[in-house]
Amino acid sequence: MHDLTLAQMSDGLARRAFSSVELTRHLLARIATANPVYNAFVTIDEAGALALAEAADTRLAAGGAPPLCGVPIAHKDIFCTRGLRTSCGSRMLDNFVAPYDATVVERMAAAGAVTLGKTNMDEFAMGSSNETSYYGPVRNPWAVDCVPGGSSGGSAAAVAARLAPGATATDTGGSIRQPAALCGITGLKPTYGRVSRWGMIAFASSLDQAGPMARTAEDAALLLQAMAGFDARDSTCLDRPVPDYRAALDQPLAGLRIGVPAEYFGAGLNPGTAEAVRAALAEFERQGARLVDIRLPHSDLAVPAYYVIAPAEASANLSRFDGVRYGHRCANPQDLRDLFMRSRAEGFGAEVKRRILVGTYCLSAGYYDAYYNKAQRVRRLIRQDFLDAFAEVDLIMGPTCPNPAFAFGAKGGDPVAMYLEDIYTIAANLAGLPALSVPCGLVDRKPVGLQIIGNYFDEARMLAAAHRFQQATDWHQAQPAGLGEVGA
Amino acid sequence: MAIQRADIEKLCFLARIDLTEETAADTAAGINRVLELIDQLRAADTEGVAPLAHPLEETQRLRDDQISEAVDREALQAIAPAVESGLYLVPKVIE
Repeated sequence: MHDLTLAQMSDGLARRAFSSVELTRHLLARIATANPVYNAFVTIDEAGALALAEAADTRLAAGGAPPLCGVPIAHKDIFCTRGLRTSCGSRMLDNFVAPYDATVVERMAAAGAVTLGKTNMDEFAMGSSNETSYYGPVRNPWAVDCVPGGSSGGSAAAVAARLAPGATATDTGGSIRQPAALCGITGLKPTYGRVSRWGMIAFASSLDQAGPMARTAEDAALLLQAMAGFDARDSTCLDRPVPDYRAALDQPLAGLRIGVPAEYFGAGLNPGTAEAVRAALAEFERQGARLVDIRLPHSDLAVPAYYVIAPAEASANLSRFDGVRYGHRCANPQDLRDLFMRSRAEGFGAEVKRRILVGTYCLSAGYYDAYYNKAQRVRRLIRQDFLDAFAEVDLIMGPTCPNPAFAFGAKGGDPVAMYLEDIYTIAANLAGLPALSVPCGLVDRKPVGLQIIGNYFDEARMLAAAHRFQQATDWHQAQPAGLGEVGA
Repeated sequence: MAIQRADIEKLCFLARIDLTEETAADTAAGINRVLELIDQLRAADTEGVAPLAHPLEETQRLRDDQISEAVDREALQAIAPAVESGLYLVPKVIE
């Protein structure tokens, strides 16, 4: 049953081939066996899941239930869930139980989806390997000595290991697309403002965006359908019509203009990854799309600009964790200053502290113009590169990341070596553009992702392109070796 | 430009993060690596380019000044480390 895609589960539930309770029990049993290996979930909500599954079965029996009704999913532990701990991968929130549901959680529940639990992640979504989680790293189902990517590594591993057919995730600089690529699944970061950020713990508010992870583009379309749309509670959420993503999946590729940026195939790109991506581009060409060489001349400035803007916003956002209203509080504070300083020193891990300090530095008196203001100007240049490109092409394609999954500890203590793993994903966040990753090959038996970047609010076209690719190829069906040993 | 131990101490105070003796050197080294990275921005020609704060250049939406939700103080304070009579407790500020 766990090998079914989300769409197949939805069909099976609608036909009453199996009940949501049966499906949920099956996946919970699988999680119980597999989670000690992968560490994909930080919280498993067995009782809650079964209660939701029972309610979904009642709704399904009545007829006319929406497609996600009764489908078990997982939420990244960055989304607030009422009554169920939301840790954000941090000691700071190890004891935090939100008094409300995030909009994404609320919408998925309204659609009838069953929450299996909360997935592991890099602390406060700051990382590309899941090694910064307070709860220990997630292991990549394709190679348990390798990272799953990050920050949404738990969601990616859960989907890849068939513990859930789909999961929610967030992407600030590649946190959906990079782990999707490294775990061989499909992950979509929507246009900034497409999905509400309300109740999603903020890292960098002008970059953060929630999106779906699943095995196929069709499944991602079903999940996005439930997540997307205007929410008055998020002041940056945009009020634009939400198209029917599933209905749009069958658009043909003939005549589609695909931009291939030279900058995404330069030094530092793994030759095996390059070959797999080139082969995928050739498949699009075979189906009638036209490849167009384009330039994104400011690409090399994306990572430096991001590491000013994201830490600056993080330093402001994370100032709310003070040991007074919720979260970790140090023992025996001597005075108020000691309370703040020790609670934060104990509650945050090394990478989070580093980013808060870098952000504080970039915003401090005398440095604001040199760093923050400069980075915001560069951000406009990067966005302009894309606007110029989209005057000529419909979609942009290239690798999602420069290398397949790397071993734990491979980046040593060098933060910049880790940051450069996001070299192809960060620009879409700075520009606010939608981007997705689909599996397009294997290198050393580890998955490679093809990145598809679209114009603003063009998710339907991107998903359709990914869907047509998955109709013609079977990379998305490849399974990690050893999954059968997980049991059930 | 590399920052020194004294700068790190100042930053840690501004960010309200206690700096421990054991981690001070690593903290400085890590931050200096990131500063080397972001210093690459200096070479970018941004003459006449306006800063971009919102990727779609949308302005903040305003809502009507009306009560939209009730605040359940008890539920919100149930997760606080220390509360008494509806007030958050912190160490004494004024002697």
